[in-house]
Amino acid sequence: MAALSETKTDLALLGPVAETRSMRRKPKGRVGEGIIRIILFTCAAVSILTTFGIIAVLLGETISFFRQVPIFDFLTGTRWTPLFASKQFGVLPLVNGTLLVAGIALIVAAPLGLLAAIYLSEYASDRARRVLKPILEILAGIPTVVYGYFALLFITPLLKSIWPETQGFNALSAGLVMGFMILPTIASISEDAMSAVPQSLRHAAYALGSTKLEVSLRVVVPAALSGISAAFILGISRAIGETMIVAIAAGQQPKMTLNPLESIETMTAYIVQVSLGDTPQQSIAYLTIFAVGMLLFLTTLALNVVSYWITRRYREVYE
Amino acid sequence: MSVTALRDQAFEKRLAARKRNGRLFEVICLLAIIFGMFMLLLLFIDIATDGLAWLRPQLFSEFPSRFPEESGLRSALQGTLWLILVTGLIAFPIGVGAAIYLEEYAPDNRLTRFIEVNISNLAGVPSIIYGLLGLAIFVRELELGRSVLAGALTMSLVILPTIIVASREAIRAVPRSLRQASFALGATKWQTVRNHVLPYAMPGMLTGLILSMSRAIGETAPLITIGALTYIRFDLSGPLDLFTVLPIQIFNWISLPQKEFHDVAAAGIIILLAVLLTMNAAAIYLRNRLQMRWQDL
Repeated sequence: MAALSETKTDLALLGPVAETRSMRRKPKGRVGEGIIRIILFTCAAVSILTTFGIIAVLLGETISFFRQVPIFDFLTGTRWTPLFASKQFGVLPLVNGTLLVAGIALIVAAPLGLLAAIYLSEYASDRARRVLKPILEILAGIPTVVYGYFALLFITPLLKSIWPETQGFNALSAGLVMGFMILPTIASISEDAMSAVPQSLRHAAYALGSTKLEVSLRVVVPAALSGISAAFILGISRAIGETMIVAIAAGQQPKMTLNPLESIETMTAYIVQVSLGDTPQQSIAYLTIFAVGMLLFLTTLALNVVSYWITRRYREVYE
Repeated sequence: MSVTALRDQAFEKRLAARKRNGRLFEVICLLAIIFGMFMLLLLFIDIATDGLAWLRPQLFSEFPSRFPEESGLRSALQGTLWLILVTGLIAFPIGVGAAIYLEEYAPDNRLTRFIEVNISNLAGVPSIIYGLLGLAIFVRELELGRSVLAGALTMSLVILPTIIVASREAIRAVPRSLRQASFALGATKWQTVRNHVLPYAMPGMLTGLILSMSRAIGETAPLITIGALTYIRFDLSGPLDLFTVLPIQIFNWISLPQKEFHDVAAAGIIILLAVLLTMNAAAIYLRNRLQMRWQDL
């Protein structure tokens, strides 16, 4: 139906004569056009199918999981031992580990990313920006397994020499390295937000006698604050969903701790741990990865939506 | 001295301090960027010192083994090659099709906006979630097992948003006048798209394809989730074979306790990074050629 109305508007431009003529000449062509349109729409619809597929799979397996484990125990329990003989299904230790690592990553990436963005947006010449930005973006393109190697075999020994009590797997090394991974994300989105601040605001501040530092920190950064917070939220979301760094360097010991030198386990690392073993389908361990996956999916989705919403609101203010 | 003169003096002093702070701040900002680059350099140096000695012909010709000296990436290289080949064959046509639909055909209605929001949402879904989807649908439901095909289908979904976004940008960059000229000569919509829009958008689309392929090569988590194996001692012969890929083989070597295996892993990382570097260079080359063509026009 949509195909018909589209063709009509095109032909309407050409007037009634063209319409009859093209109808006489290409009756078959028009059928082909319709088929092609349907094929192209199907391609676009694959993305909708993917989303529905993800939700259906996660929901289906999670419901089977909650038939065996009360949802309350899952969300509030503080012991996670689904692979042991005495099974406990409290997900909080995995959440604790995930937030600990993501928090460390943000502590690294937020100040560095913000400063880098200020430099790129306010100080750097066009030429400097063209050189610096792609180099910084290499950080986001390094495969995460490589970062895992670096965290486990370079950063952890380094930490051990500073704090001898550091465990072989620990949250700190994974978090630090992850901070560098999300640095370009935070820097480039913050920079976009700062570049979008109207030049007139800067000029007004200069006219009142401000220095460049004052313009940057008291005018541009506050004006771009919503964009910058969107960047931070997106950075956290990336950190929470990141898998290989934590699977390699952070360990497999789900526990409630805030000590970054200890071995912990994140939600993603748990999914990897189970996937590496040979778990039979419909066993409770197989179902747990979908329940954990559901929690992960919902968390990152919520963060992404909030970030998207903030960015859109912010854009409306300046356009 | 009058009061105003004293006040001016105090102001000049403060102004000098403010300017000094400004310069200091600029240096700090620049240091933040340099610090990021320094980490990158450190990472490269660390991997080069560990791995260069193990970069030997055996690394390419041998299968993985219990002995580090006899371990190689033969099956992993084959797996990666097969994987990105099949992934590209699946994801590129679908991604380009979706991009053409959204740019050239889609009416401005709720469904279209829903598709667009949905695509940007999918780009933010952690890749391991796609692995869970692949495990449930492709591996178990469609009974493809832990095959290259199951891996490629999963990976296609991971990179599809990237391909769609890049292709849409490439299509949007084609001037409207080209389409109007084609319509004026009586071409249908599809004839216009196929004969005029696509040829001009192709370099941009290929750039997007290469960049998303390089992401697919480095992506590990979804393939581990669908159960791609690490210990494969046979040559791959088709898309339904069991497989492993470079990053999974590297991950496996990192998880072993022996220092030698870590060094073999570093050698594997050098190869992985070299492949990615080549692909990115190719993408940049293509993009520059594209820009030159538009200048000629």
